[in-house]
Amino acid sequence: MRLYEYEAKALFARHGAPLLKGRVAKTPAEARDAAAEIGGPTVLKSQVLTGGRMKAGGVKFAETPPEAEVAATAILALEIKGQKPRGVLVEQRAPVAKEFFAAVTWDGRRKLPVVVFSDMGGIDIEEVAEKHPEHVSRTHLSTLLPFSPHRAKEAIAAVGISGDDLTRLTPIVATLIEVFLRYDLTLAEINPLGKLQDGRFLVLDGHVDLEGDARDKHAKLLADLGVGKDETREARPPTPFEIRGAQVDASDHRGVAGNVKEFDGDLGLIIGAGGGSLTLFDAIRKHGGRPANYCEIGGNPSVKKTCELTRLILSKPGVKKIAVMMNVVSNTRVDIVARGVIKGCIESGKKPAETIATFRIPGAWEDDGFKILRKYGVDYCDRKISMYEAAGRAVAKMKAA
Amino acid sequence: MSILIRRDTTVIIQGITGREAVNLTREGLDYGTKIVGGVTPGRAGRDVYGVPVYDCVRDITSRTRIDGSIITVPPRFTRDAVFEAIEAGVKLLVVVTERIPRGEVAQMVELARLRGARIIGPNCLGILSPDEAKMGGLGGPAVNVRRAFTKGPIGVMSRSGGMTTEIANTLSAAGLGQSTAVSIGGDAIIGSTYAELMPLFEEDADTKAIVIYSEPGGRMEAELADWVREHRSRLPIVAFMAGRFMDEMPGMRFGHAGTIVEGRADTTADKIERMKAAGISVAERIEDIPALVKERLKGH
Repeated sequence: MRLYEYEAKALFARHGAPLLKGRVAKTPAEARDAAAEIGGPTVLKSQVLTGGRMKAGGVKFAETPPEAEVAATAILALEIKGQKPRGVLVEQRAPVAKEFFAAVTWDGRRKLPVVVFSDMGGIDIEEVAEKHPEHVSRTHLSTLLPFSPHRAKEAIAAVGISGDDLTRLTPIVATLIEVFLRYDLTLAEINPLGKLQDGRFLVLDGHVDLEGDARDKHAKLLADLGVGKDETREARPPTPFEIRGAQVDASDHRGVAGNVKEFDGDLGLIIGAGGGSLTLFDAIRKHGGRPANYCEIGGNPSVKKTCELTRLILSKPGVKKIAVMMNVVSNTRVDIVARGVIKGCIESGKKPAETIATFRIPGAWEDDGFKILRKYGVDYCDRKISMYEAAGRAVAKMKAA
Repeated sequence: MSILIRRDTTVIIQGITGREAVNLTREGLDYGTKIVGGVTPGRAGRDVYGVPVYDCVRDITSRTRIDGSIITVPPRFTRDAVFEAIEAGVKLLVVVTERIPRGEVAQMVELARLRGARIIGPNCLGILSPDEAKMGGLGGPAVNVRRAFTKGPIGVMSRSGGMTTEIANTLSAAGLGQSTAVSIGGDAIIGSTYAELMPLFEEDADTKAIVIYSEPGGRMEAELADWVREHRSRLPIVAFMAGRFMDEMPGMRFGHAGTIVEGRADTTADKIERMKAAGISVAERIEDIPALVKERLKGH
């Protein structure tokens, strides 16, 4: 879960990292006031959860408060990669002599945190690593031993930095590491980490990703930063359909009807679980089908939960049929899912036999499930029909309808 | 034979009195697994389907040799439970629990390395050696397990628990039994990756080929490709890659926690490329796997 730049900086500042004077503004007037408060030239930056702001026109410079107001008006109206800005960060402008890069992330292979440091900041670090490997250091951290700042020092010294620069950079990189470890981050990055002409070092831009599964653990931090509980922080905000999907899942603790995502197709999907959903979604698309949604049912959802999910999907304009499919299940009960989807069809005023394009969930309690499906004349597949074939059957029915 | 677990493997369940754990106990016992004890703090003296419950792992390990532990406790207690088992000398930990932040998983992995223990999971359905034993919910109740899993020469590793059963079922239907199937877990950091389990299958004389199920996110497939190339593995590998549609939708969350594509991680197309370059066959559909395996076995 990505934080906005101003939130990332607020987090760094709480732990003592040095920042430029600045604050986030929601309106052009607020931006003017912020610029007046800061005094002198300012930089204004669009607060969106994506890179490439400079290129898109999301970063502007101002000499005076009225200029800042004009710049903020333009930035606040500008969508970047489909995102409306959350606000505009108004910051003091400082003469930068040199830019550095510091980040902590996970090395998935070593299964340890790794500090990546470079004295060539400001530009794409992957490119620096490729062309100038001697300018990038990688320093792994233990997750069991307590963190000690000498690891930060070693990371910096490894690219050939000594003198005052080394002693001034060390506490900033150490702070970055401490923040990473303390808040279950998956990325903590300062880029650029600027050296001013007077020799001081400052955080010029920051990027923080917090692990989704650690949100509850750090609820207080997120509340302090002003992050709403319902903000998904994905590539696009959730649609009303998706919010209702989450409500269906939350309404009953039994089983999962999770991760409902909206697509613009016409075939409703009740599919599961993690891997099965990915496999089936690919299969539908390969057959030329157009999914109306994605979801992941699993665990052992109640009849009510499956029924509500079915009703939600059938309420989406343009959805005429649903396909109910999973891999061979062992914990989810086939009969309960069958009851749920049939009930959902009937409560939506539709005939199950016409609405359910196909039902392919083999496994636990399948004989009872198949009996119910037969009673309502619903087409179903046993385990002899592959997931791919079942998806093809559903798509063919959509095309014939 | 099999890897990791056999008929005589002794197992405990941590969190045994929980709803899911009670099911796991029943399923495991029905399948013939030697579940000799369970742990739930404060519940010593009870039993679950005849399996005695203790307060501490050491209460069991002090009396008898324990080979493995199935850990199914809430996320915020999981690290402690894993540490307890490792420090009590248990060498195989199957962590079923999901939604554990990866920093805590990394701590478990680091301690396991220090103590020479192995972790499977988290966020997995466990291990199953057909006709031998199972640790975890893989395959479900014994009657369902026997319908999908059969004994044979194929090692299975999968990032999805449900798809482990689907693949075993497809292999069994084609007459290809399994030596051991491992649901390795769906998280970004897991105890044992494909490449880390390969040496075990390599040493198992009865395993003749490997089938893996893979997903977007992470570098696990690249790691496997490197391992295969560096070790000149005797085992042909057939892979299936799910979630190809995710290549077109960066920044959206689908599937397991580990499928989130971060930074310049591999796309599914990249992963397929890398695996093919290392000599791994990539199946377009699950049902194509048996024919590919048979074709690869011919050359051996």
